Amino acid sequence: MEGNVRLLINNISVVYSDVIQVLKGVSLTIREGQIVSLLGSNGAGKTTTLKAISGLLKPENGRVTEGSIEYDGKAVQNSSPEEITRKGIIQVLEGRQEFKYLTVEENLRVGTATRWGKPYQKDLDLVYHYFPALLARKRAMAGYCSGGELQMLVIGRALMAHPMLLLLDEPSLGLAPLLVKEIFQIIKRINEEQAATLMVVEQNANMALQIAHYGYVMENGKIVMENSAQELRENPDVKEFYLGTAASGTLKSYKDVKAYKRRKRWL
Amino acid sequence: MEFFLQLLVNGLSLGFLYALSALGFVMIFKSSSVLNFAHGELMAIGAFIFLALSAWAGLPILLAFVFTMIGSFTLGFILEKFFLRPLIGEALIQVIMLTLGLALMFRGLLLFIFGGDIHDYPDFLPEALTIQWGAINIPSVYVAAFIIGILFLILFGLFFKYSSQGIYMRSVADNQPAALSLGVHVRRVFALSWAIAGLVCAISGIVLGIINGINVHELSSIGLKVFPVVILGGLDSIGGAILGGIIIGLLESFTGGYISTSLREIIPYIVLIFILMVKPYGLFGLVEIERV
Repeated sequence: MEGNVRLLINNISVVYSDVIQVLKGVSLTIREGQIVSLLGSNGAGKTTTLKAISGLLKPENGRVTEGSIEYDGKAVQNSSPEEITRKGIIQVLEGRQEFKYLTVEENLRVGTATRWGKPYQKDLDLVYHYFPALLARKRAMAGYCSGGELQMLVIGRALMAHPMLLLLDEPSLGLAPLLVKEIFQIIKRINEEQAATLMVVEQNANMALQIAHYGYVMENGKIVMENSAQELRENPDVKEFYLGTAASGTLKSYKDVKAYKRRKRWL
Repeated sequence: MEFFLQLLVNGLSLGFLYALSALGFVMIFKSSSVLNFAHGELMAIGAFIFLALSAWAGLPILLAFVFTMIGSFTLGFILEKFFLRPLIGEALIQVIMLTLGLALMFRGLLLFIFGGDIHDYPDFLPEALTIQWGAINIPSVYVAAFIIGILFLILFGLFFKYSSQGIYMRSVADNQPAALSLGVHVRRVFALSWAIAGLVCAISGIVLGIINGINVHELSSIGLKVFPVVILGGLDSIGGAILGGIIIGLLESFTGGYISTSLREIIPYIVLIFILMVKPYGLFGLVEIERV
């Protein structure tokens, strides 16, 4: 499926506090209706890439110093989060940033901030349709919800904003494997039923590549590999480094691990 | 017994006024972590605008009140936009110095324009408001204070609980990065909380002006009482501010009635020191919800 280009990141560099360079020339393309996953180890710059798109770099004293981010053909780099969210780009932050002292339903209502004053009942129903667990808890204070409920809550909250492009930062963080599966299935359904374009940053490469159409692999602030999810799943390097299965499918010996470390640097 | 009831009602009316003005203080602190030392001056400004409009310009009382509300709301907005906003992200001490500076500037301006004398509003409260119950006699001012206090507290309570804008404001206080990520206009929330603070300060300033007479020094020292109130209630709790206000109001009234009128003015600060010693976060200070 080759939709229109929704988001085009063209060779951006991101610098924090004017001195710390985190991204060194990242380029990627997100097409309409796709799920794109961005993989990489800790500190590779995945979250920074998302924040560069959503404008959340600004409060952290970060800036896109070079290159451009084009959304539907218009440059949006270094815009404020208020402007970017109103264009339909919503980021779900890493680590379930719920509003602790608001009830579940109030949390969801904050998602209507980009279109204040418009009716939202239908959207609430939609979110409860995707996440029935939230309906039962709608009057509970979010601070007392379980991790799984919270992940559903923050994704639901973002859905309330009618996102055109939804950026998910590690939706599987700290969740039980079964729950991860459920969340990813819902993400896939949202993509198919709501015609939303999604970008998923993940450590759980296995899950992410199962639902994604296209994938990028980052290391040290650079994109080191990109391909369709299908191809990436079968790529021997990705298999070893991110999917955790050696070419033979057997457990690796220590020697292999060392070899893989060396090889990874070349990747 | 009559004396007790009398003190009770006086204390409650005073308490609702403290609660109302503390609401403004807590809102600013909750949303933007700014301690507003110009609180009493905002009250004085509201009281003087009302004085100028009602007594000097001769507007009808209701119209003067509405214009004062609009004016103080706008003033809060302007303060945030021109003075506080450039300091977002600066250290706490800079922001405190700024609000202190604003306080001194306003006090000077008010003294310059209105002088240091005690002014009075024209008598406009209807006699019918006075409650006469056997030996109990509650002056109309206190009844009005009671009604206005409760009315606005309920209004703001409903605003924060049910309106979208109220929920956005609470979300910013709760988790600012998350609110930003959902497109909540955080700077607008800051501005709005200053505007509402200006508004509630003006309301309580006017009513206190009716009770005590309008004087710059008097009103700004009453403004300082917001500190015992909010520290008793917990700096970041709106419910706490309301309860704290009522407790301090009652305490003042009973101390004045049963012990000594000179102790009355300092009892809030004795409570302040005591609370800081035994329960530094106040009665309703944030109890972090911790999930493990």
